[in-house]
Amino acid sequence: MKIANKKVTAERLVRDALEKAKHFEDYHIFTFLNEEGALKKAREIDKRIARGEKVGRLAGVPYALKDNFLSPEGETTASAHILQGFNSPVTATSVAKLEAEGAIMIGRTNLDAFAHGSSTENSYFGPTLNSHDKQRVAGGSSGGSAVAVALDIVEFATGTDTGGSVRQPASFNGIYGLKPTYGTISRYGVVAMASSTDCIGFFTKTPEDMDLLMSIASGQDPKDMTTLPDYYNTEASAESGDSRLAPSRPSSRGSGAHSAPVVAYGLESPNSCARVGIIKDFDNDSVHPEIRKALKNKVELLKSKGHEIVELEMPALKYGLAAYYILVPAELCSNLSRHDGVRYGFRSEKSKDLDALYENTRNEGFMPENKRRIMIGNFVLSSGFYDAYFLKAAKARTLIVKEYEKAFSKVDFILTPVSPNPAFKLGEKVDDPVAMYLEDVMSVSLNLAGVAGLAIPAGETKEGLPLGLQLVGPRRSDKRLIEFSKELI
Amino acid sequence: MKYIPTIGIECHVQLCTKTKLFSEVDNDARGKEPNSCVSPVDYALPGMLPRLNGEAIKFAIRAGRAMNCEINASSRFDRKHYFYPDSPKGYQITQFYHPIIGEGYVELPSGTRVRIEHAHLEGDAGKLTHFKDYSLVDLNRVDTPLIEIVSMPDIHSAKDVHDYCKELWRLMCHAGVTNGDLYNGNMRFDVNISVAKEGAKELGTRAEIKNLNSFRSAERAAEFEIKRQTKLLEAGEKVKQETRGWDDTTGKTTAQRSKEEAKDYRYMPEPDIPPINLTSEFIDAEIAKLPLMPMDYRRKFNGVITDEILEVLLDYPSLMIKLNEIEDKHVKIISNLFTSVLLAEEKSAKYLNDLPDTRDLNELAEMNEKKELSSTATKEVFLRLFDPQMKGRGTKQIAKELGLIQENDLEALEKIVDIVLAKPETQKAQADFKAGEEKVIGFLVGQVMKESHGKANPSSVQEILRKKLK
Repeated sequence: MKIANKKVTAERLVRDALEKAKHFEDYHIFTFLNEEGALKKAREIDKRIARGEKVGRLAGVPYALKDNFLSPEGETTASAHILQGFNSPVTATSVAKLEAEGAIMIGRTNLDAFAHGSSTENSYFGPTLNSHDKQRVAGGSSGGSAVAVALDIVEFATGTDTGGSVRQPASFNGIYGLKPTYGTISRYGVVAMASSTDCIGFFTKTPEDMDLLMSIASGQDPKDMTTLPDYYNTEASAESGDSRLAPSRPSSRGSGAHSAPVVAYGLESPNSCARVGIIKDFDNDSVHPEIRKALKNKVELLKSKGHEIVELEMPALKYGLAAYYILVPAELCSNLSRHDGVRYGFRSEKSKDLDALYENTRNEGFMPENKRRIMIGNFVLSSGFYDAYFLKAAKARTLIVKEYEKAFSKVDFILTPVSPNPAFKLGEKVDDPVAMYLEDVMSVSLNLAGVAGLAIPAGETKEGLPLGLQLVGPRRSDKRLIEFSKELI
Repeated sequence: MKYIPTIGIECHVQLCTKTKLFSEVDNDARGKEPNSCVSPVDYALPGMLPRLNGEAIKFAIRAGRAMNCEINASSRFDRKHYFYPDSPKGYQITQFYHPIIGEGYVELPSGTRVRIEHAHLEGDAGKLTHFKDYSLVDLNRVDTPLIEIVSMPDIHSAKDVHDYCKELWRLMCHAGVTNGDLYNGNMRFDVNISVAKEGAKELGTRAEIKNLNSFRSAERAAEFEIKRQTKLLEAGEKVKQETRGWDDTTGKTTAQRSKEEAKDYRYMPEPDIPPINLTSEFIDAEIAKLPLMPMDYRRKFNGVITDEILEVLLDYPSLMIKLNEIEDKHVKIISNLFTSVLLAEEKSAKYLNDLPDTRDLNELAEMNEKKELSSTATKEVFLRLFDPQMKGRGTKQIAKELGLIQENDLEALEKIVDIVLAKPETQKAQADFKAGEEKVIGFLVGQVMKESHGKANPSSVQEILRKKLK
């Protein structure tokens, strides 16, 4: 990634990015362009460079911020009417970390309102168009961020991945998209969708950039009790050959009999061979033939480099989508309860009393997909239904966690498609929510298990649509995962 | 036919932690502007996450132990959903499925035991003030830590309602987890009452009277409700399951909400707070910080202090801790001084948090016993021990400065008596006494006291006078 220096000023980098953003205006990528603020910051960085002062690892690097990250620059709307007019006094921990290293936010990007969706068509501001075909969707929910990077407007963009919202748009646009291990990057200051599956991630053009961003943004945050103790940068020191700090294998609890001793693919010996699993259950007619072909090509590539391919059966994953669309609506309807028109954002003014204020504000402020999920969530939490739905889904989730633990006792990584199809046409699935949900069938189980997943580019269809695959690694394997993805180039 | 009431009580206790349950904002909003003790987390901005206050966990352990309860090594938080402007998040963070405090009991002064079903931690709601055509919201109280204590239905009289509420209040005050200011709502009681025929196998239908903020109103509300329900049953009518409110001025409960209107709170595990797992070392360390509890004091001081005085003093945990440090032989006089002198003082409330050294109090009792201080002088010196100006000088020094030490040196006293007897104005009295007029001795003692500037021990003076005037 291009970092500002004495020859290439931060102002130049930011001006170029802003110019490109305007050039691609018809893609509906941005909900806000931070022209003044970005240029001001760029000039400050240039001054420091001119004075020979130390600047950060992302000095002057323009980036795009998904519009569900809180910062005082521009309204934070989550592409939802109900948050319009909300100027945050708080800065998200992840944003603060990026900016402390000199990164400059040039704009906020479009998403499905409150990240509910897989196409960015649920945005109050209208859909973002695919970077390779304007007739097709950008993917979602982080569609704006993915297209901003794919069209080379910015070096990187932030995203949130609750069930595939980083990986799927990354694969629809031919770039890298990481969903880190749950708890790796602080969720503080990011509009919550489902607390137990939300992950902050990034879009980049290379694995190296992804590694740099992770080393900056990851780490425990006292403001987010669900963050893990720092591990990403601890693993980095293993690179220098300190074997005591080498990444340990995930526990193989409950699978003792199956676990043949496997030499972990570690950073301390980048040339060692890895065992890569492929999931038999995902190789069927419901998956687009060109995606199946792309997977086969990458498998051959890995074999040619001496890596071992292991066929896995992971039957519990078939419960993933059903469990996901119970647990996630439950959490998100709870998290959206705070949008009541009383304290911030949009308020329906025509209301005569308190109940009307709630009803009108939420009715006018939420998108149809938001309402659908709020209804599902409230239903599964209702007294008398909790055990039948929420609790059962929570048990299915435990099965999925165990399924991954078992798999990772046999392999180092798993390679699967991100979604069954490449980018679909705008409007194609809008009226069929279940068809839309099925797009998430291969991505959601990672979020339920909390494991890491990296979407990687895997060629294009005959029509020139990008294809993507996801490389899945056990919890806390993010560093190794990014490193290993270089083997797939 | 006799009707028996069965009563269970839920009590909310506001904890006096430094900061709120889920944010770093000041938990003490007394005398502060509305909405000035509110963080972005309490205000429920999007993307804000609760950060659990460890002090509240410690307080819960102490409160639980004070009620002889099990402390659960593993507990969790849940969300309880409802829409109201006093709840910015749209849900209250509470412990529905796995509370931190398990079963226990509270023993009333009468010896009756009321079992505790469980107690849990949760955040308080904000405060609404309603006007004619608008309402104001104050979020200062949002997520002040609360412990909700749920009793078993072990209470069967209005008097025991009073005694249970009061004993709970004392336990929480002695455990040091609340300011215990009932006037400002630090403790609130919900009383569940049903009435059934004596010997009936099943309990009657219950009504819940919510938000009682004093022992007296809890007792009165229970009394009213027992009568109301009994009358209904005697008339062959049914009691409705409902929530009722109490009006302190009319002395009546009135229906508020029926069971059918009850809300579905859609409880869900709180995903933003990981489960709380406590080691036994952590729990024990907290329990070790607990002072004695009222029942311990009752056993310890039984026969030393009268029940009347002890029950008064038990309302003041700091006095009980002090009394516990006093030498056994002085406990009686010091406890008397606490009740009859200190608590009678207007300024006593101010003094309670800054008591004199135990050594000074022991010395005071010692001097009184040795008759170095008269009982009046003892009271005077006692009060000075609390005076910020005098404090720390030591009992003897204060007594000396005030010139209150009694003259017990017989030789010195004799000299003073001689001076007085030589005075012309005492001659008549001396003659009268010798003539058998017993009561003039008082006049003579008074003269000696005057001559000694009040330092003479009056009984010694009388003894010397009688000897000399024989």
